[in-house]
Amino acid sequence: MDILVYIESRGGKLRAAGLEAVSGARKLADLTGGKLNALLIGTSLDAMAGEVEGYGVDRLLLAEHPDLENYSPEGHREALLAAVQESGAKLVVMSASALGRDLGPTVAARLDAAFLPDCISVEYVEGRLTVTRPVYAGRCIMTLAATAWPAVVTLRPKAFLAAPREVAAMERLPLSVSLDGKIRARMLEFLTEAGEKLDVTEADTVVSGGRGMKGAENFQLIEELAETLGGAVGASRAVVDAEWRPHSEQVGQTGKLVSPTLYIACGISGAIQHLAGMRSSKVIVAVNKDPEAPIFKTADYGIVGDAMEVLPALTKALKELN
Amino acid sequence: MNIAVLVKLVPDTEASLKISGDRRYIDKSDVNLVLNPFDEYAVEEALRLRESHGGKVVVLSLGGDEAVKALRNSLAMGADEAIHLVTPTGLDIPGTAGALAGALRDKGFDLILAGKQAVDDDCGAVGPMVAEMLDIPHISTIVKLDVDGGELTAHREIETGIEVFRTSLPALVTAQKGLNEPRYASLKGIMMAKKKPVTTIEPEAVTARTEVVQLNYPPTRPPGKIVGEGVEAVPELVRLLKEEAKVV
Repeated sequence: MDILVYIESRGGKLRAAGLEAVSGARKLADLTGGKLNALLIGTSLDAMAGEVEGYGVDRLLLAEHPDLENYSPEGHREALLAAVQESGAKLVVMSASALGRDLGPTVAARLDAAFLPDCISVEYVEGRLTVTRPVYAGRCIMTLAATAWPAVVTLRPKAFLAAPREVAAMERLPLSVSLDGKIRARMLEFLTEAGEKLDVTEADTVVSGGRGMKGAENFQLIEELAETLGGAVGASRAVVDAEWRPHSEQVGQTGKLVSPTLYIACGISGAIQHLAGMRSSKVIVAVNKDPEAPIFKTADYGIVGDAMEVLPALTKALKELN
Repeated sequence: MNIAVLVKLVPDTEASLKISGDRRYIDKSDVNLVLNPFDEYAVEEALRLRESHGGKVVVLSLGGDEAVKALRNSLAMGADEAIHLVTPTGLDIPGTAGALAGALRDKGFDLILAGKQAVDDDCGAVGPMVAEMLDIPHISTIVKLDVDGGELTAHREIETGIEVFRTSLPALVTAQKGLNEPRYASLKGIMMAKKKPVTTIEPEAVTARTEVVQLNYPPTRPPGKIVGEGVEAVPELVRLLKEEAKVV
C-alpha cells in the first residue's frame, strides 16, 4: 500500500519532527510493501529537498506556491489533498506537532478517513493498521486499529527516531495546487521571542521547576542549568497558575507531554497530572526537599535537598564536565 | 452574535484511573467527572463575547446521561441553551465530529468554540473536523481572540511562538489554556441552570473507521534510587548520569 508523508518545515527549514515522520512512514512502507511518497509545502523547496535525500523517500512531491509560504489549515489541506490524489496513497502520515495536530484532522475529515492521532508506535500486520497512543495524558496507553481506508496517522514528536535510510533513488516531482479562494484563515504575522526558544516537546533535555523554587526569580537557576545542558525550561501547573512562568512551558495534562532523554524535576512534588506529562522521559532526575514526595517514585535518580542549593552546584559540576 | 460551544465531561485530572474488565474503557463509576478544562476556557470566551456583542450562547455535548452534567455546568456559568446529543452506536472521532456538525449545520451560528482537546482521549481532532464538515474556516489552540464585525483575529500557540491568524465569520476556534480565566458558577447561576432548556437529539448510527483494541497501563518505571542528600550528593549524581545513564 502506498503511503504519503507530510514533511513539516517552517521558514524554509525542515523541522526535526518532519524527518521523524518520514522514518515512521518508511517503516509502514516496508511493512505494507508500498512506495513512500513525501510532500514538502512552501516556497524555495529545493534546498530542503536535498536534505530529505537519504531518509528512504521513493518519491518527493514539491508543492510550491507563494500562498503556501506560511501555514494555513486550508492551504496545507489543499496541498495534501492534491498529493493524495497524485500519489494514490491510502495512508497519510505526519507529525503530531502543533501543525500536525491541526492539519491531521482537517485532512482526515476531507478524506472521510480513519483518524489515528498522536501515535507512539505503528504496526501493519495482515492488512490491519494498529497503533498505540497515550490517552488520559499518558495514564493509559490505547491500542487502536483502523477498520477502514484511507487512514490518517499522526506521530508523537520524539517517539520515532529520524534514521538515515538508502533507497535506489529519490524521484522529485513538482505538484501543482489550486488555491483559488480556498484560504479563508490566513496568518498575518508570527510572534516569537528573540532567538526562538527551544520548546519542551522538542528538547533532548528538560529542566523543570515547581513550587519548591519558591518564587519566579529563582527560575534563573533552572534557566542556567537548562542552558548548560542545551535544554529547555519546563514548569509545573502550580507555577504556571501562579504566573511565575508562561503556559507554553507547562508540562503535564493541561500542558505539554514531553519525552526527552533527560528530565530534571526541581522542587516538583509529582502530582498525577504532572507525572503523566513526563513519565515517558528516558532518564528522570528529581531534586526535592521532601523525601516522601511522589516524584521520587518515578525518578531514576533523586537528591533530597533544597533545589536552591543543589541546582547551582549541579550546574557548576556539569560545566566542569564539559 | 450566536455562539455554539462544544463541551465534554471528563475524569478529573487528579483522578486515578481504573481500566474496565474488558480492557476497552475506563471504569468511570468511582471517578469524579468534570467539565473538560479546555472547554471551560471556550465557554468563558463565549460568555464574554455575548456580554460585549449580544446574542446567545448554546452549548452542545455528545455522550450518555453524564453529558447532561457538562451542559448543566456550562448553563450555570451563564450559557443560554443546551443540546444533548445521545451517543450513537459505532462512535469514533469522525463519527463524533459528524454528529456534532449535523446538529450545528444551518443553525446560523456565527462562531463555534471548543476546547483544544478533551483531556480523556487527547485527540484534539473534533474541532477542526467539525469545521471541515461545515465548510467553515478554523483556528485551533488559541490564546487570544478578538471579534470585530464579520471577522476575527486569533493568536494560535505553537512550539516556537504565536501565529496571528485572521478569518471571516462564521468560523470555529479551539481554546488553549491562557485564553482567559474561567468564572465560577454562582449559586444563582446553578439555580437558574436547572430551569434552562436542554434539547435532546438522537444522531443516526454511523460506521466506525477505527476500533479500540485495548487499554493498558503504561509500563512501570524500574525503581530509582536516592543518590543522597543536598549538595554533597551532586558529584555522585553527575557520575551516575555520565557513566550509568550516559546522558551527559
